[in-house]
Amino acid sequence: MTGAKPFDWRHTPGLSAYTALIFVFFYAPLLILVIYAFNSSRLVTVWAGFSFKWFVAVANNNSIRDAAFNSVIIAIVATIASTAIATAGALALERGRLRFGRSAATALIAMPLVVPEIVVAITTLIFFSGLGMHHGLINLMIAHTVFCIPFALLPIQARLRDMGGTLEEAGRDLYADEWRLFRRVTLPLLLPAISAGAIMAFVVSLDDFLISMMVSSAGSTTLPVYIYGMMRLGVTPEVNAISTILLAVSIVFVAAALLVGRRNRFA
Amino acid sequence: MIDIQSVSKSFVTRDADPVHALNEVSLEIYDNEFFTLLGPSGCGKTTLLRLIAGFEAPSSGVIRIAGSNVAALPPQKRPVNTVFQSYALFPHMSVAENIAFGLEMQNAPKSLIDERVREALEMVRLEGFATRRPAQLSGGQQQRVAVARALAPKPSVLLLDEPLSALDLKLRKGMQSELKRLQRETGITFVLVTHDQEEALAMSDRIAVMRSGDVLQVGTPRDIYDNPQDRFVADFIGESNLLPGAALGRDPAKTIVVRPEHIVVSPASDGARGHARGAVSAITFLGSDTLYEVVLEEGARLHSRSRGGAALATGDMVVVDWARDVERELAN
Repeated sequence: MTGAKPFDWRHTPGLSAYTALIFVFFYAPLLILVIYAFNSSRLVTVWAGFSFKWFVAVANNNSIRDAAFNSVIIAIVATIASTAIATAGALALERGRLRFGRSAATALIAMPLVVPEIVVAITTLIFFSGLGMHHGLINLMIAHTVFCIPFALLPIQARLRDMGGTLEEAGRDLYADEWRLFRRVTLPLLLPAISAGAIMAFVVSLDDFLISMMVSSAGSTTLPVYIYGMMRLGVTPEVNAISTILLAVSIVFVAAALLVGRRNRFA
Repeated sequence: MIDIQSVSKSFVTRDADPVHALNEVSLEIYDNEFFTLLGPSGCGKTTLLRLIAGFEAPSSGVIRIAGSNVAALPPQKRPVNTVFQSYALFPHMSVAENIAFGLEMQNAPKSLIDERVREALEMVRLEGFATRRPAQLSGGQQQRVAVARALAPKPSVLLLDEPLSALDLKLRKGMQSELKRLQRETGITFVLVTHDQEEALAMSDRIAVMRSGDVLQVGTPRDIYDNPQDRFVADFIGESNLLPGAALGRDPAKTIVVRPEHIVVSPASDGARGHARGAVSAITFLGSDTLYEVVLEEGARLHSRSRGGAALATGDMVVVDWARDVERELAN
C-alpha cells in the first residue's frame, strides 16, 4: 500500500467551487436586495440608475419611523431585562445550592428554543387576553423579554461552567463578601458572555416577527410587522431600503460584539 | 492554633451511598509550624484542607482556629488564606491588583495596601512584575504570585493545596526551600497538602500521614521515617522491606519493617549468622549506592541498599543482617 495517500478532506476535488457556491447562495440575495435599494426605478427588478430616493422616502415615512422606534425601544428594554434575568438565572443554576432538578430547570428554560414559535406566539396572545392585558408596547416588551431569556442565558451559563468555581473560592478566601465577589470577580469574568448574550437577545428581539405579529396592536407595530404589511401591497424599493438599513445595523452590531469579545479575551 | 476534633465529612452523591471522605479525624496543628497532610489521592487530605478554609462544612466534629470554633464562619471571615493547586489568579487583574485584593476586601487603607503589595512582591522576588497580567507569567512566577497574594493580608494560617505539583522537578526543588524560607520569615502556620513523600519530608516540621479518610500517624519527618506505626506508613514514606515474621523465624502474626539502607548483605561463606539467609536475585547500580535484591530461603524478598558494597554477583548465597534497633515490629 505504498503509493496510497491517506484521505485528506482538504484535497477533496471541487471543494473550493462547492464552498464558493455556498457563499453565493448565502449572500447573493442580500447583495441584490442592497443593490436594488439604490435603484431609481419604481420597479424592483429593472435597474434604472443610482439613487438615494428610497432611503429619503423611508426617512420621511412617519409610519416606518414609528415602527422602527417601537422595534428599537422594545429590543432595548427586552435586552436589558432578559440579560439581567438570564445572568441571575445562570448564577442560580451553576452556583446555587440547587442539588436536584438542575438539568430539568435548564431544559425548561431552553424549551422556547425548540417549541415551534407559532405555538409560543399563540399561547402568549391567549395569556395576555386571558389576563385582560391590552397595553400595546408593554405587552410586547414583556413577550420579547420572555423569549429572549434563553438566548441570553445559554452563553452566560456556558461561561460560568467553563470558569469553574475556583476563582470565586479564591475571592471568598481573600475576604470578599458575596456582593463584592460578584462585582470584582464574577461579573468582570462573565462580561464577554453577558455581552454576547445581550447582543443575541437584541438581535432576536429586533428580528422577531411571529410573536410581535400576534401581540402587537394598532400603535405598537414593530418594524418587521410593518414591513410585512407593506409587502402585502407589493414589494416596493422602500422595503429594500429599510432592509438595507436593518442589515447595516446588524453588521455594525455583530462587528461590535466581535471587537468587545476580542478585547475581553484574557488567555 | 488549629484544633480538629473528630471531624467527619461525607458527600452525598446522586445515586450511590454517601462517600466518606473523612472519618472522625482529630489533629492539632501548632503555631508557627510547617504542617503537612500527606497521603495518596483520595485519602481526604484536600477535603480536610477545604474544611479548614471553610469551602466545605464538616458533617460532624469541631474545628477551632486560634481557640474559636469556626463552624459558623464562611471562608471570607476566617483568618486563613489558600494557595490553590491551579493558582486561581484573577486573570482580569494585574499581579499587583491580585496581591492587593485580600487587603482591599478588608478595607485596608491605600497606603498600607501599597506597602504590603511591595513587601509581598519583594518576598517572592517578583519586583518589577507588578503591572503584568497572570497570563504573561511563567508557571513558576504564577505560583509565586499566588503565594504572595495569600500572604499579603498576613493570615494566621496559610493553606497550600499541592502547590508545587504543576511545576517541573527543578523549579519544584527551588520552590520547596523558598516556601520553607517564607514560613520561617513570616512565622505564619503553613498547612501543606501533598502526595509527594519526599516533599513532605524535606519541608515539614510535622507530618500527618492519611489514607482513605483516616489519619494513620502524626509526627516529625524523622519520627515517621524511623518509627512507622503502620504497614502503610512504613511502605508509603521512603522505601521499606515489609518482611513476614515467619520468614525470619519469628512470630508469624508480626511484620518486620527494615529500611534498605540498614540491611547489610554479606557472602554466606564468611560464616556470619545474621537474621536470614538467601540468594542475590538482582543487583542495581545506583551511582553512589548499590541495590541488592535478595530472595530469602523462606521465600520473602528484600532490598538492601549499601554504599560501595561487597563484591557480590547474582546467584550468590548471602546472609542478611541489621542492627536490632533499626527494625520495627508491626502487627499484620
